[in-house]
Parts: sequence; structure tokens; C-alpha cells
Amino acid sequence: MRAGAGGGGADVIAYLEAQGRKDLLRFITCGSVDDGKSTLIGRLLYESRMLFEDQLATLESESKKIGTQNGELDFALLVDGLAAEREQGITIDVAYRFFATEKRKYIVADTPGHEQYTRNMVTGASTAQLAIILIDARKGILTQTRRHSYLVSLLGIRRIVLAINKMDLVDYAQGVYDTILADYREFARQIGLTEIVAIPMSALRGDNIIEAGASMPWYRGPTLLQHLETVPVEDDAKTQPFRLPVQWVNRPNQEFRGFAGQIAGGSIQVGAPVIALPSGRRSRVARLVTFDGDLQEAVSGQSITLTLTDEIDVSRGDVIVSAAAPAGVAEQFEATLVWMSDEAMLPGRPYLLKCGTRTVTATAAPLRHKINVNTLEHQPARQLELNEIGVVQLNLDQPLAFDPYQANRDTGGFILIDRISNNTVGAGLLQAPLRHSENIHWQQLDVNRDNRATQKGQRACVLWFTGLSGAGKSTIANLVEKKLFGLGRHTYLLDGDNVRHGLNRDLGFSDTDRVENIRRVAEVAKLMTDAGLLVLVSFISPFRAERQMARALMGPGEFLEVYVDTSLAAAEQRDPKGLYRKARAGEIRNFTGIDSPYEPPENPELRIDTQALSAEEAADQIVARLRSEGIIDRDSVFLP
Amino acid sequence: MNSLSHLARLEAESMHILREVVAECEHPVMLYSIGKDSSVMLHLALKAFYPARPPFPLLHIDTTWKFREMIAFRDATAQRLGMDLIVHVNPDGVAMNISPFVHGSAVHTDIMKTQGLKQALDRYGFDAAYGGARRDEEKSRAKERVFSIRSAQHRWDPKRQRPELWKLYNTRKNKGETLRVFPLSNWTELDIWQYIHQEKIPIVPLYFAARRPVVERDGSLIMVDDERMPLAPGEQPQLRNVRFRTLGCYPLTGAIESDADTLPGIIEEMLVATTSERQGRVIDRDGAASMEKKKQEGYF
Repeated sequence: MRAGAGGGGADVIAYLEAQGRKDLLRFITCGSVDDGKSTLIGRLLYESRMLFEDQLATLESESKKIGTQNGELDFALLVDGLAAEREQGITIDVAYRFFATEKRKYIVADTPGHEQYTRNMVTGASTAQLAIILIDARKGILTQTRRHSYLVSLLGIRRIVLAINKMDLVDYAQGVYDTILADYREFARQIGLTEIVAIPMSALRGDNIIEAGASMPWYRGPTLLQHLETVPVEDDAKTQPFRLPVQWVNRPNQEFRGFAGQIAGGSIQVGAPVIALPSGRRSRVARLVTFDGDLQEAVSGQSITLTLTDEIDVSRGDVIVSAAAPAGVAEQFEATLVWMSDEAMLPGRPYLLKCGTRTVTATAAPLRHKINVNTLEHQPARQLELNEIGVVQLNLDQPLAFDPYQANRDTGGFILIDRISNNTVGAGLLQAPLRHSENIHWQQLDVNRDNRATQKGQRACVLWFTGLSGAGKSTIANLVEKKLFGLGRHTYLLDGDNVRHGLNRDLGFSDTDRVENIRRVAEVAKLMTDAGLLVLVSFISPFRAERQMARALMGPGEFLEVYVDTSLAAAEQRDPKGLYRKARAGEIRNFTGIDSPYEPPENPELRIDTQALSAEEAADQIVARLRSEGIIDRDSVFLP
Repeated sequence: MNSLSHLARLEAESMHILREVVAECEHPVMLYSIGKDSSVMLHLALKAFYPARPPFPLLHIDTTWKFREMIAFRDATAQRLGMDLIVHVNPDGVAMNISPFVHGSAVHTDIMKTQGLKQALDRYGFDAAYGGARRDEEKSRAKERVFSIRSAQHRWDPKRQRPELWKLYNTRKNKGETLRVFPLSNWTELDIWQYIHQEKIPIVPLYFAARRPVVERDGSLIMVDDERMPLAPGEQPQLRNVRFRTLGCYPLTGAIESDADTLPGIIEEMLVATTSERQGRVIDRDGAASMEKKKQEGYF
């Protein structure tokens, strides 16, 4: 029981100082069930002398009792933590392990390989700088290997160790290693993973874990630990522009107002010009305050408190950024979502989004696609189920300062929280803003037409069908609306006849009444575009001036004039409602084309030649045009 | 500036966690157990909120069986730092005269610690409690979240724990639910000692070797800290040079023989130690999955 005797000498103090200077490598291990992950981690803990005698004694007795190695030390038992797991012989959650060598300290996220636990792997990968992907040499690259590699690459981990394990079971054959490595490189290239170090090993026997051993003389690369000790661990965020998500405003008294947070990118010096986002207010750093005294400079990763030279309004959730390279501010994003809840993600449902220190409400537009993590194929989807990954447009209720995830994990990664259960239901990576704020001096707006339209995944506009009576306007407009509806768009069709039954029933067919008729319809259409709708107006609207008036009510690019072009003779021949006959018989007065003029559009956005196209073809052409205009295609809708 | 050291990163991460709770929770409290981990956690809180004082009280669940030196250190520390200190003793346990000697460690721990903790959290309406637990302490701890959600009955459900990505912690709770927050999750025992050394953090003198009266029980050296310790016929406390690697209730905490009376001496001993820190805790021997079970019941 007696342990050591000394009072601790200078050598211990020197040792401690050296220890204090060690750096830190966080990595994740991933692999399929039975690839030997737990054994590998247990082996690392064992070999790096992180086990004490009592733990070893427990390990020995448990190895005999419930081990899978015929009574030999079963390292997996060291890390299979929960009782439920040990009974089933699986790992069901992310576990964090710690060990150290002479050069470094390590935090290992141990994540399971089960299909249903994508969630855990993404969690473990979110803080890792390197990933060890285990492969069973007997099985080669499996579907799960691809899945894990994709997730690792998605989460921004560039450094991969391909641990080709269980080499003892394939007679340590170099050919097996070569084939697996070649296959893997081919796949990895597709997902942008290039920094791959492949190590043949046996976690069970200890080959190439710490020491090379004698089994694989053909392998000349580093052992796993040699690689972990030497791989660069520089902080990617350090080279990014300065970002400080404000966590807490420190106001111990009237004289002091400090902004506390952990620096999420770059470095900051006293005197440096900064901008607070999203307000856009500018100031300079007055002090960098810490318990151990003021600093002149602070870097990414440090938790600090800074004060500014000006009394500007900054609160929790704001981001203080470098004035030279500010972050973007936006309310609409394209994001990749990883769904983590049993309850599916539904477009249109509001969730809380936490990014940095800011929490806002986010609503997803219809999914662009989901990603089959096994084949990387894009597939259409209406919702995201547990462990599915999809690309979606998010609309926020407030502006958010952000960086794309690829540039900065902390200002580009977010979680989604269910507002009812309060559970964390998803994680996401901000990709690109869909509408740049025109100006970072952003003013808070109420819900406006753009919000309403983007919530519907579209850009509001008016399709104004004009043409002679009987030209086919209503037929085509109806078809267009059906197609848009089928695409999940939000539409409304204003038809001349229907409006005259209600809103405009006090109007006749005099020119004045015709103008008033159009004015009212145009105003209604405008209200509907404010509501974010795609409005189809099907009116003869014979006069250019009224059509021009209607056009002027809408914003640029929001009024598409569709000229349904039919010759009078053809229209008269069709005469679906028998109106031409009545007009010719003098029973109707002021009938367009007969005794009232029709002024054809000079520059319509679309001209439909009804003699050349069927109504169906015409409708398809119009929908195609809406796509090319970026009104219904999310790819291009929101480009500035 | 060079890249941050391991300790600097741990420190910054813990400060971030400490601040996140204050920013998002209504009524946080720090569970202060007086041990070395609590000392480090408290020191990190001083840093996180400087120049303000940490904006929450300290809570000590007193089982009435703590070492006397711990109690003295606790009171002196709170006074020195100007922190509010709440001491809670389970009155039911007192009424029942609960003693680890009579009722055994399992019953004692459940009533005086687990139940006492729940009572205090309910009584003061704390919605978040910091604890000094570390993931390297024990296998079921390795899977514990930094922000651990507890039901209104304070139970821990491993299946309901929320994924934690990046530095993003979900602090939202349903009515009645509370959070246990572990700012030291990623620290190891060696990190703790190194940091105490680096920061010159005061710790209870029991960690340092001194001559203390002990008796040997079931292979553990138990210190006779007061007259409540029942001695077997003929059993005589012996003065031995001992210290403690971990502190708790004195009847449940085994000492080790040692001459290490300085911090470097302690660390040197730790580096060559062959038994793990928790071995001195009788509580962990109550069954292989014992910690997991205690946590489900509401233990920290």
C-alpha cells in the first residue's frame, strides 16, 4: 500500500512543466461492429500504461467470466461501459477516453458502428481533428466504411488513419493490405479525403499499434502511435478571421462592461477594430481581461473577456468579428442536416436553432434532397428520418452572423432543438447564405413578403395571362396551377369570370369599368404576392396601359406577362362560351375583338402560340420559364 | 503565440461550459464537495466570471461524516472568496441516525448523499447544478454528457441524453427537469494535479501526508476522525504517515501510507501509482455496474 516515499524533487517539477506544454489531439475511432474498435482503444490505454493494477485485476477476472478471447485479456471490456452494452456485447453511445504519451495528450471519441447510430458518430466527429477508420482485413471496405468516411469528411475532418485491422487473420498478407488501400483511395477521392495514412495492424496481438513487431516486415510506415504522436495538430480556426461569439455580458459594476466568450477563430489584439454582428456597430478592443491579468493578444480557443472603447449595444448571441474580415449575416441558408430524432424532420415546422451562442427559430423549406450515405446519391425526400442526412433551405426569424462550416466549425455548425420536447433533434452545417444581407447595418424587419415567399420555397410573382376571349388563357392557367401545386408551390388563380361574380360584380364592360376591373384585380394580385404566393391572373385585359399599371405595382422581375396569342378568327371559331356569336349578333356590346380593341403586348415575357402548342405543352413551357427565372427552382431563387 | 497547451485548452473549455450555464439557466448552483476536483472547478469559475464574482452559490451536501478538516477548509474557502455557501443535511437521515458503520455504505450514500442532494435541489429550486465529475473516473462516466438532463425525480436516463456537438450545449428543460453540468468532463486525474500545481490552487491538507490515527478495515486504512468511529474489542488506532487520494466520508475513504507532503511529491506518487483513484472509495465496490445504477437513481 505504500506508494513512493519522496517529497517530490526538482525533476518532478521539471516533468510537470514539460507535461503542461504538451499539446492535445482529439480523434475519433469508427468502424463496423466487430472491427475491433474497443479492442484497439483498450490496447492503447493498456500500452500507454493508463491502467492501474485494480483495473487490470478487474479486466482479468471479467475476461475470464464474460470475455470473448478464451480467457485471455479482452481489451474491449475496458471500454464497453454501460451494463446494457456489456450484456449485448455492443457499444451504444459515444464514450470519451483519455490517454497520454510522452509527446501528447489524447481524447478519443469512441463511437459505435451500428447502422442506427450515425447520430453518435457525427457527435464524436464534431470535435475531432483526426479519424481512425477501422477495417476488418477479412472483409475489406463495407457499406459502413463508406458511411463513416463520408460522415468524417462531411464534419470537416481531413486527416484519416485507415486502420486495416485483424491482419493476423489474413496471415499478415501484404496483398490484402494493398487491395484494401487501393479500393479505399478510389472511394476517398470521391468525397474529398486525401490525407490518408493506412496502417496494417492487429489490435488483438498488438502489431503496429505501439511497436511494429515482426509480423509485417513489408510495412515500413509508422505504427499507429508513432503517427498519432507526429501528425500535425494545428488549429484550423487559428488561421481564420477573428470571431468571438458573445456568451455572457459581464457587468460587475457600472464601470465595467465586458463581453465574455471563447474565441472561435483567429486572434485579437488590444486596439484592433471590430464589428458587432448582426448590428454592424463598430468599435475597438480596449482590454483583453483575464483573471491572470490583461493580455495584449488572445487566440482561437481561449476563453476571454474583452471590453470595447465605445459604449455600443452588444448582447449574448452577437458575434464580435474582425472589422477587416467580418462574418456574413443572413436569414436564409442552405444547410446540410443530420437528423437525430425518432420523430422525423418536417419542412415547415419551426425548430430552435443554436449556432454559437445565438438561438433563433428556423423553419425548413421543402427538402432539396437527402443523401444516401452509402452510395452518396441524392434522392428526393419529403422529410428526414432518424440518421438521415439532407440538404435543405432554412429560414430564420432573425438574422444570424455566420461563416460557412468548411471555414469555421464553430460559427458554421448548429443544432436544432424541438420546441416541445426540448430535445436536440438535429445537427447542421451552414453552407451558403441564400440571400446576402445588402448591408451589415441590418435593421430588424417584421415578417415581409420575402420571408413569406421563402418560407414557401418560392419567389412571389404574378403570371399575367392576357389574350382574346376564347384564346385558352384559363385552360392554360389552370394547367399551370395544377403543375405548380404538384411541385409543392403555393399558388392562387384569379380568373376574370370568377372575380366578376364577386369583387367586381358592380362593374360592367365600359372602358372605365374595364380599367377599374383590372385595377382591382392587380391590387388583389399584389396583396397575394405580399403573402408570398405565385398568383396566376387570367384576364383578357385588352389595354396595354392597364397591364402596364399592373406591372408597375409589382417589383422588378415579379410580373410575367403571358400573351396567349390566338388569331381572332381561331378564337371566334372556337367560341367556347358562345360569346362571339352573341357579340356578332349585337347581344353583347364592347366585346373585345369585335367592337372593342385588343392591344397585343409589345414585349411579353412569354408568348404562347396556341396554334402551334397544345394547352399541356404551353403549361410545361410556362413552368420551365418559372424555373429558368429562378422563381420556383431553389438552386437559383435567392442568388442576389 | 504558440498553439495552446493541453491544460490551456481544458481550462478554456471548462470556462465556456461554466459561462453557458450562467447565461442560459435561471438558478444555477455549484455542488462543492471540497475535494481537489471541486477546488479546480471553483478556481475555473473565478476565472470564467472575472472580474465579477461567480454568480451562483456553492452547495455542500453534508453527510455529517465528512472529515473535520474538510469542513474547516470548506468554510474558510467560502469566506475567503466571498461566495455564498449553502450546507444541506438530510434531516430524515439525521432523524434515522444514519451511519455508514451501522447501515453500510450503500444505505448511507443513498440517504445522506443522493436523497440529500435531491432535497436541496428541490428546496432551493436550482435548475442547474455544476458537478466536478470527470469522464476518466469510471466507465459509466465515460458516456456522461457535459450537460446531463435529469427528470423531475432527478433520474438519469442514459437513453434520453442529448447529443453534444461542437461547443453547442442544449440547456433547455421541460418543467421540473434539471441539468447536471460537468465542466471537468474531459480532465484526467493527472490534469487536475498538474493544474493545481500550475495555478497554486489551495486544497484540503488531507491530501498531504501527515501522521494520522488509522485502523485497518477490510484492507483499507480508515482514519479515526472522531469519537463516532466504533472500535472492535482490542482495536487500537495507530498513528501512521498517511494521506488521501480522494476525499469523502471518512468511514468510507481509505488512506494510503505515504510521506508525500508536497504537491510535487503527491504527483510523483501518482505517476508511479499502481491502483486507480477510485479504489479508495468503498462505494464503487457495491457491484460491477454500481455507478451506473447510482446515477440512474440520482447520484451525481
